[in-house]
Amino acid sequence: MSESTTKEPLSLEGLQASGSLRTGRKHVLSILVENKSGVLTRIAGLFARRGFNIDTLTVGPTDDERISRVTLTVDGALHPIDQVTKQLHKLINVLKIRDLEPGDTVTRELALFKVSADGAQRGELMQITEIFRGKVVDVTKRSVIVEVTGTTEKIEAFEGMVRPFGLIEMMRTGEIAISRGRSET
Amino acid sequence: MRAVDAVMECLKAEGVDVVFGLPGGANLPTYDAFVTGGIRHILVRHEAGGGHAAQGYAKATGKVGVAFATSGPGATNLITPICDAMMDSVPVVFITGQVRTELLGTDGFQEADTLGITIPIVKHSFMIQDAKEIPRAIHEAFYIARSGRPGPVLVDIPMDLSRDEIEYEPVTDVRLPGYQPTTEGNQKQIRQAAKALAAAQRPVIYAGGGVVNANASEELVEFATSDRFPVTCTLMGLGAFPAPHPQWLGMPGMHGTRAANYAMDEADLICAVGARFDDRVTGKLSEFAPHAKFIHIDVDPAEISKNIPAHIPIVGDAKHVLAKLVIEYRALGVDPARLGAWWERIEGWREKYPLGYEDSTDDEIKPQYMIQALYEATKGEAIVTSDVGQHQMWAAQYYDFPAPRRWINSGGLGTMGFGLPAAMGAAVGCPDRLVCCVAGDGSVQMNAQELATCAQNKIPIKVFIMDNGFLGMVRQWQELFWDGKYSHVDTGEFPDFVKLAEAYGATGMRFTNKQTLVDDMKRAIETEGPVVVDVRVTPEENTYPMIPAGHAAREMVG
Repeated sequence: MSESTTKEPLSLEGLQASGSLRTGRKHVLSILVENKSGVLTRIAGLFARRGFNIDTLTVGPTDDERISRVTLTVDGALHPIDQVTKQLHKLINVLKIRDLEPGDTVTRELALFKVSADGAQRGELMQITEIFRGKVVDVTKRSVIVEVTGTTEKIEAFEGMVRPFGLIEMMRTGEIAISRGRSET
Repeated sequence: MRAVDAVMECLKAEGVDVVFGLPGGANLPTYDAFVTGGIRHILVRHEAGGGHAAQGYAKATGKVGVAFATSGPGATNLITPICDAMMDSVPVVFITGQVRTELLGTDGFQEADTLGITIPIVKHSFMIQDAKEIPRAIHEAFYIARSGRPGPVLVDIPMDLSRDEIEYEPVTDVRLPGYQPTTEGNQKQIRQAAKALAAAQRPVIYAGGGVVNANASEELVEFATSDRFPVTCTLMGLGAFPAPHPQWLGMPGMHGTRAANYAMDEADLICAVGARFDDRVTGKLSEFAPHAKFIHIDVDPAEISKNIPAHIPIVGDAKHVLAKLVIEYRALGVDPARLGAWWERIEGWREKYPLGYEDSTDDEIKPQYMIQALYEATKGEAIVTSDVGQHQMWAAQYYDFPAPRRWINSGGLGTMGFGLPAAMGAAVGCPDRLVCCVAGDGSVQMNAQELATCAQNKIPIKVFIMDNGFLGMVRQWQELFWDGKYSHVDTGEFPDFVKLAEAYGATGMRFTNKQTLVDDMKRAIETEGPVVVDVRVTPEENTYPMIPAGHAAREMVG
């Protein structure tokens, strides 16, 4: 939309609609909320009621004890992301929302994999773990627990590599994210 | 002082002059505080009646309504009023009792997770965890309820905390870092909107309840008459633009006028002010106003582009934005003559499709005539409340509201049983005005118990029951869309409303003759105290015109 301050007339045909657009990509929303009971229920309830689906969700403290940070990821192919953020903004306890730009953001996720591995397979599994800069945190005669940190893509790639060994179970934290550069997220 | 005495002080500081409520175990301390608290309390007969009364009070006066209930069932009985207030943006503070903190989570007697149950239907809520928080929570509740887009706020107070001794100091600095409504409107966007209006050949102003909430009726009239803009107001906005008026098209939507619907259908620019493109207005969304660009002015940013993508979004309240828009528009010096062709088209629809019905040729009272008679008997000056259904639509169609806050109904939630207690609240808030409730014979029974409250407190509401012996709107849909197979819509002649009124201590009347109806209604209005009138109308009359659900405006029938 052009914004002119002169008396130049405007053509209705030239007006473009904004909002309600699906971006088609994953969005990482970094949300500062007041550290009060029930805040997470309000956020989760809002998503459920409006038919928005949360892909991952993490909550943790910030350097200010009165404030917590919620990091959640939403699929922008399924939901108009501006509606999601506007509805979140309506919650009184939500202080700030940032829809982080993928290129300007560092995201990390922690995952724990419990994999079947007897003596013969263990060596190969250790090699893969090495390549992914993972850590073996527990070993028994028949299984190994590996800790991997990284982007969602890396975690998923590691999962693909170890699945053939026999993946007993997997725990993932969901992503946390921080913006690059000097400014605050 | 006790925390509950501080609650009374907070209410007085907020200018509360009346509270609707019902005591119970968990709010006994609060009710002890009412004895000397200096706040008028009206004892209702069901918490839902109290909640709707607080809504009626708020809608009629523009002030925040207040309703009290105890824990558990008291609080759950408030669910419908809370949800109704959320849907229609009504400022009400609900204060509920809760079981003692040591019992929380133990399924104690009359324990319900009131906060959890109400989260999806409140603007905000507070669970008190320390008695010292109470005064601030109450003041924040009032601030949140009345500001921005108004809505319901709940404060849940455990019984033990309400008895605690606290130091009370008036709270004057409400600061909510996560809540800063934008009211002014962006000047560049407003200028852009003015230019778009100047460029439009077929503009329509589509105004809603936001204009009423912002007390922006005068600004709306000034804006509309700064050119010859045609105006339509939603069900929630009726009265925001005075009807009748040369630029008034009537209500849009499912049971709106053809002039309003066809004008939206052919418009090249729709300027929405405090309206939210509800499905009852748009019909089939993909075919709504196919040629139009949209200016959307709303104090709630989440409404903009929610249903219809806006071309010129303006976040701000109607009062501020319209005042600025008028100035910008006038500065452009647009020639009103350019709308001549558009008005010719609109006048054509008005002449060809006026609202109408086939009147009876004998004494039978057609429901549409009943509303016209009420308009005549009240000279159009009453506050009118209603429930939901046929009677609501006929009242909206045939009672021309000359001013805002005269039409009080349940629009968004569509609550049966809203009208009678809402009338009670409106009458308490506006004791000098005539307050009439137009109810259905089905819906009035859902909160008829409040007639006792009206009789006891001499609240002189006049209830006109449009009695057709059916759940009329459901019957109409079964007739039109379900092959005429009636399923459980026949309510018969039960109860005898005259006897019911008398049993409650109100005056009961029954009118059956069209010829004397206006005079009969005047007699009912002149009768002191609460009056219930059973008006027998044509049993199987349908509400027309109508856009069948999911269809486009062009497909209007009847």
